[in-house]
Amino acid sequence: MSARSTAAAGRAHVAPVFAALGDATRLALVSRLCAGGPLSIARLTTGSDVTRQAITKHLGVLARAGIVTDVRQGRERIWTLDPAHLAEARGYLDEISIQWDRALDRLKKFVEE
Amino acid sequence: MNNDRIEKTIVLRAPQSRVWRALTRAEEFGAWFGMKLEGAFALGAHVTGKLTRPGYEHLAIVVMVEEVQPERLFSYRWHPYAIDPKVDYSKEPTTLVEFQLLEVPNGTRLTIVESGFEKIPSERRAEAFRMNDSGWAGQIKNIERHVSA
Repeated sequence: MSARSTAAAGRAHVAPVFAALGDATRLALVSRLCAGGPLSIARLTTGSDVTRQAITKHLGVLARAGIVTDVRQGRERIWTLDPAHLAEARGYLDEISIQWDRALDRLKKFVEE
Repeated sequence: MNNDRIEKTIVLRAPQSRVWRALTRAEEFGAWFGMKLEGAFALGAHVTGKLTRPGYEHLAIVVMVEEVQPERLFSYRWHPYAIDPKVDYSKEPTTLVEFQLLEVPNGTRLTIVESGFEKIPSERRAEAFRMNDSGWAGQIKNIERHVSA
């Protein structure tokens, strides 16, 4: 898929991505799914101080933002990262970030000469 | 990983007073930023500028000065990525840009923080993202790097 069509398809989902990631537990979940996904809730809860119930709630927030998806496998739900929406949200900040890098290069030359 | 702010730090081999001048004198700011500004960066001032970079000359930018602590902190609000001349951005949320200066042995450490992106409408983000086609291939790698950092 081209960046253009991805952006159009995900347009409505970009703002919630930022909101959903503004939480340490959810960021940790994204990180774990990124490193070792797909994972069940049981696996995602292992080694965490957060209860299974809370993890389920956080996954729900991430799912509504389109960051994760789940499939039922037997009696369990298996969670997977959907990186497209995340990438789109990053794309916006990356672009502004690049512009600041360029502006700072110009400032450096400006004050050091 | 933080998704609603951008932070940059750079050490400039110039005295704090020189860096301060380059940031807070509107015409000096314009010279390195690439903007022609009218007016002075006084506390509470709304200063209008036109971008001077080729291809962006039609764009007017309004800098709304928020805080001025001489030689230490300068901040303003503006509309990030306000690149469509047909859109009236004035009613939309702004981001806050802060310049923090600190004297260091070799010159001045400058930290820039732009924050408040979570309030920017999603269609603006998508618009900006469409401009960013070239960066797409690297995006997935970026996420991995950011979430594992």
